[in-house]
Amino acid sequence: MQLVLEKRAERSNTIALISPLIAIGLTIVTMTILFAILGKNPILALHAYFIAPLSDSYSLQEIAVKATPLVMIAVGLSLCYLANVWNIGAEGQFLIGAVAGSWLPVVTHGTDAGYWVLPAMLVCGTVAGALYALIPAICKVKFGASEILTSLMLVYVADLFLDYMVRGPWRDPNGFNFPTTAEFDPVATVPLLVSGGRLHLGAIIALLVVAAVAVMLGRTIKGFEIRVVGAAPRAARFGGFNSNQLILLTFAISGGLAGLAGIIEVAGPVGHLQPGFSPGYGFTAIIVAFLGRLNPVGILIAGLFLALTFIGGEQAQIAMKIPLDVTKVFQGILLFYVLACDSLILYRFRLIFPSPKVSSGAV
Amino acid sequence: MLDPTPTGLHSGGTPLLQTVGLTKRYGNFLANEAIDIDIWPQQIHALLGENGAGKSTLVKTIYGLIQPSEGEMRWQGEKMVLSGPSEARARGIGMVFQHFSLFDNLTVAENVALGLDGKESFKDMSARLEEVSNVYGLPLDPKREVWQLSVGERQRIEIVRVLMQNPKFLILDEPTAVLTPQEADQLFIVLDRLKAEGRAILYISHKLEEVKRLCDTATILRGGKKVSTCNPQQETAASLARMMVGADIKEVKAAAGRKTTVPRLVVNDLNMEPDDPHGVRLANISLELKGGEILGIAGVAGNGQDELFAALSGERQCPDPGTIVIDGHAAGHLSITLRRKLGAAFVPEERLGHGTAPRMKLSENALLTGHAASGMVQHGFVNTAATLSTVDRATETFDVRKAKRDPEAASLSGGNLQKFIVGREILRNPAVLVVSQPTWGVDAGAAAVIRQALLDLAASGAAVLVTSQDLDELAEITDRIAVMFHGHLSQPMATAEATREKLGLLMGGSSLEQKEAPHAVSA
Repeated sequence: MQLVLEKRAERSNTIALISPLIAIGLTIVTMTILFAILGKNPILALHAYFIAPLSDSYSLQEIAVKATPLVMIAVGLSLCYLANVWNIGAEGQFLIGAVAGSWLPVVTHGTDAGYWVLPAMLVCGTVAGALYALIPAICKVKFGASEILTSLMLVYVADLFLDYMVRGPWRDPNGFNFPTTAEFDPVATVPLLVSGGRLHLGAIIALLVVAAVAVMLGRTIKGFEIRVVGAAPRAARFGGFNSNQLILLTFAISGGLAGLAGIIEVAGPVGHLQPGFSPGYGFTAIIVAFLGRLNPVGILIAGLFLALTFIGGEQAQIAMKIPLDVTKVFQGILLFYVLACDSLILYRFRLIFPSPKVSSGAV
Repeated sequence: MLDPTPTGLHSGGTPLLQTVGLTKRYGNFLANEAIDIDIWPQQIHALLGENGAGKSTLVKTIYGLIQPSEGEMRWQGEKMVLSGPSEARARGIGMVFQHFSLFDNLTVAENVALGLDGKESFKDMSARLEEVSNVYGLPLDPKREVWQLSVGERQRIEIVRVLMQNPKFLILDEPTAVLTPQEADQLFIVLDRLKAEGRAILYISHKLEEVKRLCDTATILRGGKKVSTCNPQQETAASLARMMVGADIKEVKAAAGRKTTVPRLVVNDLNMEPDDPHGVRLANISLELKGGEILGIAGVAGNGQDELFAALSGERQCPDPGTIVIDGHAAGHLSITLRRKLGAAFVPEERLGHGTAPRMKLSENALLTGHAASGMVQHGFVNTAATLSTVDRATETFDVRKAKRDPEAASLSGGNLQKFIVGREILRNPAVLVVSQPTWGVDAGAAAVIRQALLDLAASGAAVLVTSQDLDELAEITDRIAVMFHGHLSQPMATAEATREKLGLLMGGSSLEQKEAPHAVSA
């Protein structure tokens, strides 16, 4: 008996839908084993991860707050990945967007600047993120440099730049030497949706982004160009589509959305600029993009799920002393299974039994 | 070189190779079903069949590349199980593949050395290479690098490499597909000689005249099954074709009284450097194609046809706009999309990955080339109804067979996908159609539909440029034929005057008027 992977005649849409679910199932099985090895009760740990955060309004709001940047970044990344270019540096674009957007609240701090400040901040963050993403894109188009390496390396540049700004020029004079800017003024803060809660306007913006990109991919010629350049580059050239232009476009959009997410995060839940304000949203968004099948609506669901693991990880740390890094392990295992299960879309398993008619003499 | 094997009467002796009920199953698909073939020494045995008939599966099984699901092979009367090609070679089975496996940047001798299992020194091997190539009239310079060689010379390397193993049985897969008629004649002399030495040859082809001329026996496959084994010399090309296809093939008819009109595609002194270091430089190409006319471009593959297609389509642009004129508009500097807007349409050689995106639906592939000129895109939004209607019209007009209304391109058979691609372009009523290898790897029924469509398009007033390596196809549908060699294009001649000999000389690089060495090559 033999187990073989066999190519399907056509991609299976059913498997495309359930493959993320299979991946989540396999991840949970693996995590159960991991919890058992750590000496924790797997049932309680899984409860803390996945059930407890869903049971109170504060945690539910917190999930939406965490999902907001993940979804916004991942939707942009999905455009790159569909076009077969690899922006790994969304974390850097996220940080640069936060820094550039923070310039206005820092310089207008304590003045009587009006309500134009927040919209202007969002524009600054978006533009800065897009420009920052264009650096690896231009290097790829002009010099053939691998965008994977350059975009990733620029993450560390952005991180250190943020560090320099808050420790140097922008440090709050009344901040007891902590590396942070002053708390943003109310006109420079993203308004809350529920008074006294945590949910803010960014969640609505994320939903609008999902809708806009879904329409763009499914209905417009630009969306078709992005998909065909990624799926069949030579056919795309035959179709008259310029792949270099699309590399620049997809990088600019994904960088812009990451930058927007960055300034919303700083002007919303955080309230000021400080180092380490991102728990790696830009990297986790890569998992979200793939778990969501590079589809905007799928990414919305995947973003909420990954946000759940962040909150669940905190709960598990508080309740069961499970290290917070286990959350990252969980996310890594999940990405691994998602990519593995994707092969089932084009292939299927088949058991081959030896033919009963094999003549004697064969071993 | 080979022990003189007693040939014996076929009825009395033992066949060299026998397959008994050989079956190969892929999932539920039977690629080969209970195939019995006897191959005798001193025989050239043709294996005939359309694409997908199971020829490749059968020879791969005989060469040990795949294992049969059922049935067995007998070698000189004894049961043979092959674990892989090296075991087949050890028994004396050699194979020359249609697609060469040569390293362009290595020399002839290095390539041969890489393909041999033996342990002899490189020097001895080189000496033996020269000896074998001289004995069989297959001249080769062991020190030259492969990229400098013509396709015919590359094939010689493959043949010599196999002959150096002194095989009793040789399999050749479509060996003349890439040769000029003259080169093919030389190959036949070599094959006759191998036969006289007592070796057996299994000759895969779909060129029926060739088979009638060369082969003693022919086995015909259709849909994975053996249809018949016959003596091709006692059959007609039509009767062989009927056995291959299982039905009579429709004759392609040109419309009577087709009139040529104004020039619709003009190329003025096109020169272009290749973008790939092993590509071909296009040099001084000029042609004029009128409405209502079909011009054929013959030539051995790799003589600049791909580069010419890229230049005509606009996948590569020329700095001088006047180089290419489409329907009176200078278009050399225009992109492929703008050329389509001028009324040009293009069908590339490669169906999957170039003409279509394999994993996208037919409607999306209709959009791929239709987005520029038809009503498929409004204000940046795709009109799905329009793309689907193109699929439906192409399906109906050109008899595209598919499992559902809008499947992925890759799920269609080669013939049906080609009908869709040609249909997609013709439905746009192009002024100029440039088509490369229109029926390559397409079944006979689909080929007839496509050729008829090209003739009808020309009859409706369009200019059609067909690049093909199939001289019979060009003879059937074109009005004039030009030959491409080393990036140069010959003067077109009327198809009625274009004999195989004339075309063969041009395909081999000789000039018809002057007998001196062609200055073209060194240019």
